Parts: sequence; C-alpha cells; structure tokens
Amino acid sequence: MLRFLIHRSIGALVVMWAVATLVFFMLRIVPGDPIAAMLFDSSPEMAEQLKAKFGLDQPVYVQYVKWFWAVLQGDFGTSIYGSRLEVSRLIVEALPRTISLALLSFVVAIVIAIPAGLIAATRKNSKLDHSVTVFAFLGLSMPDFWLAIILIIVFAANLHWLPAIGYAPLSEGFWPWLQHLILPAIAAGTAFSAIVARMIRSSMLEVLKADYMQVARSKGLKEPFLILFHAFPNALIPVVTVMGIAFALLMTASVVVENVFVIKGLGRLLIQGILNRDYAVVQGTILVVSAIFVFVNLLVDMLYTIIDPRIRY
Amino acid sequence: MTEVSASPVDVVSQQDVPPRRMSAKKRFLNALWQDKKAMVGVVVLTVFVLAAIFAPLITPYDPNDMEYDFMAAPSLAHPLGTDDLGRDLLSRIIQGAQISIFVGVSTVVLSLIAGLTLGILAGYFGGWLDNVIMRYIDLQWAFPNILIAVYLVAVFGTGLANIIAALALAYIDDFARVARGMVLSIKEEQYVAAARTVGVSDFRIMWRHILPNAAAPIIVQATVSVSYAILGEATLSFLGLGVEADTPTWGLMLSEGRSFISRAWWIGVFPGLAIMLVVLSINFVGDALRDFLDVRETQDKA
Repeated sequence: MLRFLIHRSIGALVVMWAVATLVFFMLRIVPGDPIAAMLFDSSPEMAEQLKAKFGLDQPVYVQYVKWFWAVLQGDFGTSIYGSRLEVSRLIVEALPRTISLALLSFVVAIVIAIPAGLIAATRKNSKLDHSVTVFAFLGLSMPDFWLAIILIIVFAANLHWLPAIGYAPLSEGFWPWLQHLILPAIAAGTAFSAIVARMIRSSMLEVLKADYMQVARSKGLKEPFLILFHAFPNALIPVVTVMGIAFALLMTASVVVENVFVIKGLGRLLIQGILNRDYAVVQGTILVVSAIFVFVNLLVDMLYTIIDPRIRY
Repeated sequence: MTEVSASPVDVVSQQDVPPRRMSAKKRFLNALWQDKKAMVGVVVLTVFVLAAIFAPLITPYDPNDMEYDFMAAPSLAHPLGTDDLGRDLLSRIIQGAQISIFVGVSTVVLSLIAGLTLGILAGYFGGWLDNVIMRYIDLQWAFPNILIAVYLVAVFGTGLANIIAALALAYIDDFARVARGMVLSIKEEQYVAAARTVGVSDFRIMWRHILPNAAAPIIVQATVSVSYAILGEATLSFLGLGVEADTPTWGLMLSEGRSFISRAWWIGVFPGLAIMLVVLSINFVGDALRDFLDVRETQDKA
C-alpha cells in the first residue's frame, strides 16, 4: 500500500509538472505578444520597460525556469486588470466558493441519485424505473447553464423564494450560504446525479443476480436489509471507480454555473481572466484546477482500496 | 465486432463482402423501429437537420432583422416571441441549428480522424510510439474536455474555426483510447496473423483488416461525441468564448438574453430547449446503436 501510495504520488507530481509546462509554453507559442494586450496605448519605450519588468526580454527557457520556481512557491504573478492584485490572493478568495459549490452539488446529486438508482433497480421495468431512466437522459442532455437559467426564472424571478445571483460565505451563517448556493448546486449537480443513478441501477442489477444474494435471501434476511447492507455496498464499487471522472464533471459544471449565478469562484475567475486577456490569472487558475483534479484522482484510487478490500496494491 | 467471418481465407480476400450486409441494415432498421426512444430521436434529429439545411427558405423572418417589437411574448406572428433587440426567436433558433449541427459534426470528423490515427498507430506498433502517444493521451484524459477546450480558446482566440479546432483537439483522447483498445484485441486475431503471413503491408492491415472490425465502438463513440461537441459549442458560446457576436448560436442567444429573463422568460427557455432536444435525440440514437452493435457501455465524460 505504501509503495503504491508513493508510486502514485510521484505519478501525480509528474502530471502536474507536465501540465504546468504545457500551460506555460502554449501561451508562448501564440502568435502575437502577450504583453501587447496589457499596454495597448503606451509608447515603445514604456513597452520595453514593462517587458524588462516582467522579464519578457529574456530567453524563453530562462523565463520558464523563473516562472516555474515562482509557481512552486505559490507565486502566480499579478493580475493586469483592475487593482492588479496578486493572482494567488484572487485564487485563495475564489477557492472556498468553488469548493462550497462543488461539495454541495455533490451532496445534492448523491441524495437524488442513490434512492433513484436503488428504486429503479429493485423495481426493474416498473413505471418508476422508466421515469428514472428518462430523468437520467434529461439530466445528461440538459446544458447545465440552461438549467441554471430555468431555475432562476422559476425560483428567483417568479416565485421569489431564493436569490438569483451572488454568494454568502459560511461565516455569515449557514442559511444565507445555503440560500445562495442551492440553485447553483442543483444546476451543477444534475448531470452528475444522472450518471450516478444510472450506474447504481446497472451495478445493483448485476449484484442482485449474484449467488451470495440468493444465500442471504435463503437465510431469511428481510429484503430491505438485504438491499441496503448486502447488495448496495457491493454495487458501489464500480460507482467509486468513475468518481474521479464524475468529480471532473462536477468541477466543470461548477465552473460554468458560477458564471450564471455570478459567484466569484475559480470558474468566474478563469473566464473573466480569458475575456480580459489576463494571462497570469488564466495560468494560475488552470494550474490550481488541474492540481485539484490530480489530487482527487489520487484520492479516488485510495478510496477504491478501502471500499473493496479485495484490492491490494 | 460485428461480422467477422471465421475462416481466415474469407477475410483475407475481403473484396467480396458476404451478402449479409443488406440484412444487417434491415436488422438495424427493425431494431430502430422497436426502440421507441430511438425512433423519437431519429424523428427529432431529422426535423432539426432539415431545418438547418433549408434555414434560409423556412425562417419566417430575417434572423438578424431588428424591426419587430422587442421582447414580444410568443404569439401567432412570432411563435417563440422576440428577443431584447426585437429579433424573431424562431428564425434565430432555426439559423442556430445550422451552426450547432455544423460545429458538432465537423468537430467529431476532425477529432475522429486524428484520434483514430493516433490510437491505431499506438496500438498496432506498440513500443516507444505507443508510449509517447499514450502518455500524452492519458494526460489529456485526466482533465475534462470542456476545460481543455476553454484553455485552447484562451490561447488561440475565439471564432468559428478556432472553436471547432479547440473542441476537436479536446475530444481526441476519447477516440484514441477506444481505437487503441480495439486494435490491441484485434491485433491478436488469427486473420491478422494470416494477412501478415501472406505479406500484406502494415498500412493495408490497419486499413482493411483492423479498422472495419473496430468500427462498432468507434461508431458509438462518434455518435455520442457529436452531442458532447454540440453541448461544448453551446457552453463556449455561452461563456463568451465562442463564435463572433451576432452570429445566432443557441449558446450565445442564451448568454445575450440572460439579463432579460425575468421580464421575458421565452428568451431564456427556447434556445436551451433546442440544445436539449438535439442532444437528447443524439443520446437516444447512440444508446440504440450501442445496444444494436453490442458495445459494452464505456464511462462517458463530458
């Protein structure tokens, strides 16, 4: 296990290095000067000064080493927009919002998906089962930003139950936090919950056919007990393996949905950065988001060994 | 694998395809007829494709004409209402179908060609080539396609051609992985060994013997990917990273109309409904294809 852990961690670091390098060089190969965007009306001398200030007059490999060294220390440079804040500070401010949203969408999705999947599997081909299937198809086909708009139209603009935009940190209390996040969480979590519901349904159907279920049943165990404690944990194994992919989906959805609800999280930071041609912000956000993915994938691999003790690395 | 004849002789001379071809088509139509979801999918898709092709003929108004009442509710004159600039929503949605379908299909064609080439080369030759290609593909696999597309657009800029290129690049890993997996299993088949023994060239083996037998999962992947690409284009356009402003695409229409939805719900509802209908229909058809071609369900990611 320890060997596996070390091996995988090194792999994760290599991936992060590769991503950082790709991110750095891709922005350098673009035709046009990255700095031109930030000083569109300054004189040539000023441009030279600024280039020198940002180290852009040096050879690319020197820039790369310097940049990489700074990134390792958590220094992503400064934003060129507005009050020119440090990118790391912007990210630290944005991170809790995105994590709040991603976690809450995860909870919402799971709360919907597990019962839906279980019911669909235990009542195969019933009306309920078919409606779960249709719900899953709809959930997968609906653009998350459109669902967000629909939710705003219904619950904010017409019913006035919930705020349409914005965010309240947890420090202002649980209720305001939840009030602002519940609609974004539903919008971001629906596709994820559709996937999980479908997976739980199909893996439950597999498990229900297994011999040990017959044994358990013939021992006289009650059906709900059987489903919840014998079948369900085993049905979760294939679900956990796709959790990494599913989480990626959830993060992407959060990135998009943040832009609808004007939540100043990583997603909004990233998109605003792109629209403002604020490359330091774009690089920094991409790196942090990538790091989250790599870390979650690592976590999922480990979770796998816990949930299925038969697997040893 | 669909129809692999058992005798190697038969396969080596694949020019004379057995007459079972027709019956496969018939069997497929039959299966389609029986699958209600797939039928709905086919019908809806046909409507959208026809609308896209004949858009200039059937749009009731000029999609960019601004002379109508702005934010007029759906009525007989404007079945889906008008937007914040007084443009007819139905006409814009029909025009949008053209762009959505064009982007979806061309993205997948490009991605398919590149991904297949990489996957087949990696799987067939193995060794260092496999290593180099798959290290990259695995790296890309670790990240959501949409996010990769967003970054590529950030680097290369917006616009129709860039969007297609960015999306196509972002979806390469899906095809490369499917193709490589198929090649690895088919490579060991006897008919490939037989072809090699009689001196068939590598290229011909890949093109004539491996590719046709790897087709089923690739067809399914391509179908489903069209829906992802359409969603991808809509998402990019919605985020302001898509096609040029005033091009009527569904994502952009939602993005522009976002501020007006509290006064005019139809601006926020109908373009999204169009996206959902098309994506849903493609998924229905993809599902039917998957069942029919007997492809094991893969883990899709957006």
